[in-house]
Amino acid sequence: MTPTTVSGPTDRAGTDGAASGSGSADGHRDAVRPGDGVETYDDDTADAPIRTTGLTKRFRHQTAVDAVDLLVPRGAVYGFLGPNGSGKTTTIRMILGLIRATSGSIRLLGAEMPSGANQALPRVGALVEGPAFHPYLSGRANLARLDAVDRGTDPRTSRQRIDAALDRVGLLPAAEKRFRAYSLGMRQRLAIANALLTPRELLVLDEPTNGLDPQGTREVRHLVSELAADGVTVLISSHLLSEVEQICTHIGVMHVGRLLSQGSVEELRSRSRPTVTVRTDQPDRALTALTALGMTDLGREGPGGTHVVGPLGEVDPRRIVPALVAEGADVLGFAVDAPSLEDLFVELTGEGFDVSG
Amino acid sequence: MSAAERLQVGTAPPRARRRTLVSSAPAPLRFLLSELRLIFTRRRNVAGLGVLAAVPILLAVAVKVSNDGGGGGPDFIDQITNNGLFVAFAALVIELPLFLPLAVATIAGDAVAGEANQGTLRYLLTVPAGRTRLLLVKYASIVIFSVAATALVAVVGVLIGLILFGGGPVTLFFGSQISFGAAIGRLALAVLYLAAGFSALGALGLFVSTLTEQPIGATVAIVLVNVAMFVCDTISQLDWLHPYLLTHWWTSFGDLLRDPIVTGDMTRGLITAGVYAVVFWLAAWARFGSKDVSS
Repeated sequence: MTPTTVSGPTDRAGTDGAASGSGSADGHRDAVRPGDGVETYDDDTADAPIRTTGLTKRFRHQTAVDAVDLLVPRGAVYGFLGPNGSGKTTTIRMILGLIRATSGSIRLLGAEMPSGANQALPRVGALVEGPAFHPYLSGRANLARLDAVDRGTDPRTSRQRIDAALDRVGLLPAAEKRFRAYSLGMRQRLAIANALLTPRELLVLDEPTNGLDPQGTREVRHLVSELAADGVTVLISSHLLSEVEQICTHIGVMHVGRLLSQGSVEELRSRSRPTVTVRTDQPDRALTALTALGMTDLGREGPGGTHVVGPLGEVDPRRIVPALVAEGADVLGFAVDAPSLEDLFVELTGEGFDVSG
Repeated sequence: MSAAERLQVGTAPPRARRRTLVSSAPAPLRFLLSELRLIFTRRRNVAGLGVLAAVPILLAVAVKVSNDGGGGGPDFIDQITNNGLFVAFAALVIELPLFLPLAVATIAGDAVAGEANQGTLRYLLTVPAGRTRLLLVKYASIVIFSVAATALVAVVGVLIGLILFGGGPVTLFFGSQISFGAAIGRLALAVLYLAAGFSALGALGLFVSTLTEQPIGATVAIVLVNVAMFVCDTISQLDWLHPYLLTHWWTSFGDLLRDPIVTGDMTRGLITAGVYAVVFWLAAWARFGSKDVSS
């Protein structure tokens, strides 16, 4: 399968080649990475709803977003992860044309941003950096206001669409309440309802679960899954991996303005190296046996060093226990663990990344 | 192109297709109407309009109670006892330097800075409202508010004047008379003339409003500019500057009560207002068109 680390120059060559459809680029790509999987993935990228190239935003003395090549394939639920302040929201603001990129380019639903905003944005439902509405208007009146601003909507269906959107986020009973009387969770729901006022091709949800209780968070996850099942592409940002992990098909990780890694969940998982743990009361013999199998980087952990731990590498796990027994090491416990996505993110972003929730 | 085919996926198809067909049909005024509804239902603005309307009432009652038709008062006041219509003109004179400009400055200062401050600006722009369209609608609503606020003062003035002092033919400067109906027509022209001046101030306000995320700060700045123009207008050493001051021409609306109407100063006033409006609207556009909306 195609590793999709965007920083890898060969990947860029591969995807660009497919997008332009040039024969020589295809040849080059095949030389680099043969396989049918490459084809499939590149087809996705050609009409990716969001695609940024070298996207950079510098504020006065800080690079908030640094050469980000974001790629959200059609139909994906893309978890856009990273600690607070890692540049997620700035990236989203650039994609939506709210702020200008210092350099780099953005294609949003086939349109160049920000110049193509009027073409692309009507097909995008967006929740940007928390809900913001007129405090003295009711939830329904706030949505009516935003619907009135949209040139493409039919005023005759306005009421009906607004009620449907409110109903979908469970806010219909509070539709007539003033926004200022809403709890944070209700405000968040209203912002999501706004994103659903018309059918969208793409939803951009920036921290949609912020301020929601666990029940609300589950509901948002369920809602996003439903929409994704309808074929809507979703970009959902969060600083909490646990909140979006279950629904994402793709994941991108930001850290200090850089996109460290992105790809489908399976790709990210397959990139991780499983770890072997052997619990034994003869760790020295175990080390000898495992080394003989060709394993490296072995270490001893646990109380009294009774756990021998190391990366599995290319070794067939089925050969390990017989080898240990043959060496005379009693096996009290044996495990092969693939690291969780969480472990991967801690690895990528350091302990500062609040992945555990 | 394939984008159309892609709309077939999931929830999008039937409506999305219709959207493109219908997009020209719905009233282009929806945004403007929504904007006006926001302005005229906001309690603060309603209270402000109430204050504007209270001035002619206060004035008429004060004149009635003192029952002093004698001179010494500002323009028009000594004529109120002769004809109630002059309550409207006198009230406009009184509200001209501060009350009406303050009301317009409140709306204009709020226009962009208020939305930015609340965060609603980012949601308007992602609809997408379109930045130029947003500024056009915002400015149109400022102009409509200017007309409405000025007209409110005039209408309340006429009503209270008729109640307390009665109407009838109006005696103009230099003694000639016109019918009450004709005088109402001239009052309407005065309202439009003044509203043009306030709208020009509103364009300046719209520009200031794009510079900040603090609506109150924007309003204060607009009022300060307005007061500064009035102050400069009183300094005779700056007489070279006076014709270029927006406010310099506002009091010329009194020329509407001459017979025949003297148009020279008011024409200059309208040209000045037009130039202010165009220059500052374009400044607002240049500023807002490329502004990073990070609120």
